[in-house]
Amino acid sequence: MPSVISVQGLSKVYESGFEALKSVDLDIQKGEIFALLGPNGAGKTTLISIVCGLVNKSAGSVRVGGHDIVSDYRAARSLIGLVPQELTTDQFEKVEDTVAFTRGLFGKPKNPAHIERILKDLSLWDKRSNQLRTLSGGMKRRVMIAKALSHEPQILFLDEPTAGVDVELRRDMWDVVLRLREAGVTIILTTHYLEEAEEMADRIGVISKGEIILVEEKAALMQKLGRKQLTLLLQEPLAEVPAALSSYDLSLSEDGTELVYTYDTRSERTGITSLMTDLRDADIRFRDLYTVQSSLEEIFVNLVRERR
Amino acid sequence: MNLHASAAIYRFEMNRTARTVLQSIISPVLSTSLYFVVFGGAIGSRIQEVDGISYGAFIVPGLIMLSLLTQSVSNAAFGIYFPKFTGTIYEILSAPISYAEIVLGYVGAAASKSIILGLIILATAALFVPIRIEHPFVMLAFLVLTAVTFSLFGFIIGIWADGFEKLQLIPLLFIMPLTFLGGTFYSISMLPPIWQKVTLLNPVVYLVSGFRWSFYGTSDVPVAISLGMTVLFMLICMAVIWIIFRTGWRLRP
Repeated sequence: MPSVISVQGLSKVYESGFEALKSVDLDIQKGEIFALLGPNGAGKTTLISIVCGLVNKSAGSVRVGGHDIVSDYRAARSLIGLVPQELTTDQFEKVEDTVAFTRGLFGKPKNPAHIERILKDLSLWDKRSNQLRTLSGGMKRRVMIAKALSHEPQILFLDEPTAGVDVELRRDMWDVVLRLREAGVTIILTTHYLEEAEEMADRIGVISKGEIILVEEKAALMQKLGRKQLTLLLQEPLAEVPAALSSYDLSLSEDGTELVYTYDTRSERTGITSLMTDLRDADIRFRDLYTVQSSLEEIFVNLVRERR
Repeated sequence: MNLHASAAIYRFEMNRTARTVLQSIISPVLSTSLYFVVFGGAIGSRIQEVDGISYGAFIVPGLIMLSLLTQSVSNAAFGIYFPKFTGTIYEILSAPISYAEIVLGYVGAAASKSIILGLIILATAALFVPIRIEHPFVMLAFLVLTAVTFSLFGFIIGIWADGFEKLQLIPLLFIMPLTFLGGTFYSISMLPPIWQKVTLLNPVVYLVSGFRWSFYGTSDVPVAISLGMTVLFMLICMAVIWIIFRTGWRLRP
């Protein structure tokens, strides 16, 4: 797939001397949903801000749709819609006016039908004549998304889109995101809600301390880094893990009825077969078993910890 | 050119004025009218003519300039400062819009407002004192040129300011005193010789003098020099704005 955003050797040192990005390379493919994960201060927002034109880069290059973001900023920025993290709105403007304003800024002629469709998609149509200051936080967030979509962008940046957002809005938002993806829009989001990235994203990038640690297909990442847990529901409770099984990474539930084996799916031998054999030899019988794949959150925490 | 963008900013700013018509139009008109009532009507009748013009009429061009300068600066400064303050500036910075187009939107709106204001004050003045305009086109040219120049200046202040008090600082500390000392209420020829020279360092002198010439045909400095100095100041402001955008100073970290 062709990359729609190409970041090469991108560095950013702020005036204070803080090095927010250290020679970042990243390619975003056309039409994908890319989740950028990282702890606070990792450089997520700086990266987005440079691509969108809010922050000047210190070194490196960024191309959006093949256009350099500095020398050909008009073409580059025209493709992008940005929903920033902070709820910043012109309090005294009306919803429909502020959305039309953004469309104008992007050089597009008026298109009331398009604005109407966006406002309806985001359940804002009834509020179109309201001043922004009369809206709740969740509604303002919807307005910011509507603004970002007003000029029909090819690429949508969502910086922490669901921070402080209620369940209903989250669902609505993901519906909109999926519809956009079907329409061929590339979506880049940062989030703290890892289950969201897990649910939504095609690829995941992890950034920590200004460096991209890893970029991976979500499924491959889950599989590659995933630790699995095998839980055995015992017929007879155990007092402790038998000494004969001490070579395995086993833990016993408090009531002694569940034996949990943690193994790494990446390793050549998971040790399951030998564990089963040894269990039979130790005459431990079980009535059921299940396995659980570790979540992205766990993977992510492990990755960042390894770096420290 | 992305003129849709300039137009969007222009409309946004003009709507803001329409929402706040009380403070942006009515209050400056009212405060300037007080000068006409006091100096034109009450005290003016006891002051002798200046350059053959009744005192009340003599001060009209200077007072219009006073409003024009302060309003241009504060309109433009507030216009760009406020989005910086609320954070909505992100939209302007991420839009496919050039520096010139941003300036066109903000400065165009700020200048339009002050020109409208200047004309309203002129009409108001005509109610209180006898006015004649000998060179209406020159008068309009000065009105537009001054409004644009000082809106550019205000735009710079709005970018520079990092707090609301700084927005008021320049108009109060510089523009008001320079206007009062720039021949709004007197002819420079009334000053002692040494001060006649010193006062020429005050840029507002050229504005007031040229503007008054367009009304009554008399001026303290030749009108061509007035025009030249105004254009010079405008070019300086444009150069400063160009540098600001080139470096991203206070806009793009």
